[in-house]
Amino acid sequence: MGWFTKRHETAPKPESKEDIWIQCPACKAHIYKEEWEKSFKVCSQCSYHERMTWRERVDLLIDPKTFTELSAKVSFNDPLKFSDAKGSYAEKAAETRTKTGLNESIVTGYGKMGGIKVVVGVMDFRFLGGSLASGTGEKILQAALYALKQRWPFIIVSASGGARMHEGMVSLMQMPKTCAALAQLREAGLPYVSVMTDPTTGGVSASYAMVGDIHIAEPKALIGFAGRRVIEETIKQKLPDDFQTAEYLLEHGFVDMIVPRKDLKNTLTQLLKYYGRR
Amino acid sequence: MNLDFEKPVSEIEEAIADLKAKNPEPSADVKAELDKLEASRLASLKSVYASLTPWQMVQVARHPDRPLIRDFLAGLCSEFIELHGDRHFGDDQGMIGGFATLDGIRVMVIGHQKGRTLEDKIKCNFGQACPEGYRKALRLMKLAEKFHVPVIAFIDTPGAFPGKDAEERGQAEAIARNLLEMAVLKTPVIAIVTGEGGSGGAIGIGVGDVILMLSNAVYSVISPEGCASILWRDGTKAPEAANALKITAKSLLDLKIADEIVPEPVGGAHRDYPGTMAATRKVLVKHLKRLQGLSSKKLLKRRFDKYAAMGRFR
Repeated sequence: MGWFTKRHETAPKPESKEDIWIQCPACKAHIYKEEWEKSFKVCSQCSYHERMTWRERVDLLIDPKTFTELSAKVSFNDPLKFSDAKGSYAEKAAETRTKTGLNESIVTGYGKMGGIKVVVGVMDFRFLGGSLASGTGEKILQAALYALKQRWPFIIVSASGGARMHEGMVSLMQMPKTCAALAQLREAGLPYVSVMTDPTTGGVSASYAMVGDIHIAEPKALIGFAGRRVIEETIKQKLPDDFQTAEYLLEHGFVDMIVPRKDLKNTLTQLLKYYGRR
Repeated sequence: MNLDFEKPVSEIEEAIADLKAKNPEPSADVKAELDKLEASRLASLKSVYASLTPWQMVQVARHPDRPLIRDFLAGLCSEFIELHGDRHFGDDQGMIGGFATLDGIRVMVIGHQKGRTLEDKIKCNFGQACPEGYRKALRLMKLAEKFHVPVIAFIDTPGAFPGKDAEERGQAEAIARNLLEMAVLKTPVIAIVTGEGGSGGAIGIGVGDVILMLSNAVYSVISPEGCASILWRDGTKAPEAANALKITAKSLLDLKIADEIVPEPVGGAHRDYPGTMAATRKVLVKHLKRLQGLSSKKLLKRRFDKYAAMGRFR
């Protein structure tokens, strides 16, 4: 689970012709950067969906100039004063904050989606692998309570390796905490849509990501509870290649639909139009 | 079976056994010597257990003789009517439950079952429940709500079962569903960690109005071995990870995650079942009586506030 080893090095390169194209991490095809960005980081050759930053995701889903952030000041905590072989968690998290400009692994806010007022939470994998910890849980709780107060639909876009080890049991307790908040929405008859992107695993899949009224997954996203290696060691068998993919989950009845990124906003808007507002 | 760090105790026990073997009919002197040795055995046990490291507590929590859910049922309840199946797929032996009577109070007991013999352990997946186990637990909790009886959830699992079939049947969904439903279950819930509280597998039945822990139980977001192999890149650093993760009852009481610690007898629960049952019964009955006095509206508000406050530091 290499949350902290970046998948693709982005060392600053000298200005060159190479800056006008990028290489798809999946099929290695060369794609013009402009085309890559226009297609929301989806490869035109193999339709690989590259992970998005929270800003890119908000731009994808929320109508221009309508997004207002909630709980922007809520930040990571270090309740255990945790250190491992590589140093302290507080330092690692602070470094990540400087590098990404993020206070936590999720950004929450409200805005309009195709004209419909919604509250959204968008996870960002760059912040410690999108891991779920106290700050993440608090932001989700506050966003859910805001949706409850306004009586607006709530959408969470997940991208997470699971609960953050560095906050120990405090992280685990964010699973019941976020679900308790979502239970309030359910009791009030408000819709909650879960969008699962690559990856949605561990404690995130086993809490708020899997209790949506509607589950949408991005193509080929990794979605599951336990890690592939752990399962293979347990059952002493090789797992099929498509194990724990969005497509596999659709087949087994755990997601409603797989939606390519270019259609995501329209699909969400279309679905929410069925919600009878009072 | 004694653990590595119990060596001082083992040595005294060997001396006692030796002396007994040599003196099948002990004289007064030998009897006095045996009494002395027994006193020092107790003192040694007490001193070893007074300063257990978190990793040593993990060993105690996983001790093969540690009382399991059926021992608690036998030791605490005058009646247990086991109920089976999730009504969708099967009857997971890794998670059992049913109506039980504790000190005259009717309750619903659910909990992980690790199994005692190897045969049992295999049937129970070593206490690692499958989706049908979590769904069985949920069915029984909904039944408890309907019958207006409180739920006691006995937690003792290395984690939810990490298998291909478990994934296909929605391990993540089953646990998530329980978290959502337990948040608004209209009957009191007491969660008690008796041995290992293994991450998602534990919390999947762990959303209690109170969270209790036996004094040598541990509760962790990931196993110390798993954490060590990821963050230390070395599985043998589990003792360091156990320390850093703050998994003991005392640490979790300090972090306001555990509400109360059930004190185990000297030398751990596995050395004294009656003592463990008496201490457990006392704490359970106290909380059952207190929680039963609350209206369901008040109960649910307190439960929401409890979990909303988890990890809110400023």
